[in-house]
Amino acid sequence: MKQIFALLSGLVFGLGLILSGMANPAKVLNFLDVFGTWDPSLAFVMGGAIAVTAPGFALLFRYWNTPYFGNTFHVPTRSDLDPKLLTGATIFGVGWGLGGFCPGPALTALPVAATGTLIFVPFMLAGMWIARHTPDLALKRTAGAA
Amino acid sequence: METEFTPWLSLGGGMMIGASAVLLMATYGRIAGISGLTSKVFARSSDSEARSVSALFVLGLLLAAPLWLLVSGDWPQQWVPSSPVLMAVAGLLVGFGATYGNGCTSGHGVCGISRGSTRSIIATLTFMTAAFVTVFVVRHLIGA
Repeated sequence: MKQIFALLSGLVFGLGLILSGMANPAKVLNFLDVFGTWDPSLAFVMGGAIAVTAPGFALLFRYWNTPYFGNTFHVPTRSDLDPKLLTGATIFGVGWGLGGFCPGPALTALPVAATGTLIFVPFMLAGMWIARHTPDLALKRTAGAA
Repeated sequence: METEFTPWLSLGGGMMIGASAVLLMATYGRIAGISGLTSKVFARSSDSEARSVSALFVLGLLLAAPLWLLVSGDWPQQWVPSSPVLMAVAGLLVGFGATYGNGCTSGHGVCGISRGSTRSIIATLTFMTAAFVTVFVVRHLIGA
């Protein structure tokens, strides 16, 4: 029962994506097309989301030692920039620019069952599986040299 | 295909996304990063708590459009690229890149930037640049 908030959180996230127009790849692609049919809406989505999340997180981390139903905040602590982060982000960006979908909108749009979405999602899951089974190439090289 | 600029709806929808991220952090201490949560549903390394929170979050995402249909009487308006090859390649790159780079638009772009994480700020600038360049190449150089 306590996990109902995870469902609620996902539902609010999905409704936010739909309301903001981000579950529509055409809007995302137009945001990325500054020299064509530019639609700046995505910047307002990011702005609105960060305007709520940044103070929300700051207050939580300041006044709460643990989340309501857990023992720790699972927050990444790394601060170094590694090739894996930059390679992954670049590859992700190219795919995002090709299809106009990132993971949240793709899953949200899945029940609408457009052909493009029905193809995109299984391949996205396959890509995630491959990434989970791909060793960090930079680390491997270092280990090999040692 | 042209789309209408919707500053208020987009701002409001964005704030809902932010509220969702704060709720998930307050309740289970988890980052509302969709690629991470989706991956945790399937990854063998997930503990049972991480897996059930992630699975329920994803289920919530999947229920959003049907709920929208129920309330408004219409599916959310959308236009999705229909080339199967393009969408297969795009899906593969998005899934691989987001997981390999530890995050996507939500994890790095919303939650990471909100935490002031240097890694997330750099990742967001990187994937935004890659996406802008890709659309420029596809629409204006190749002219698809």
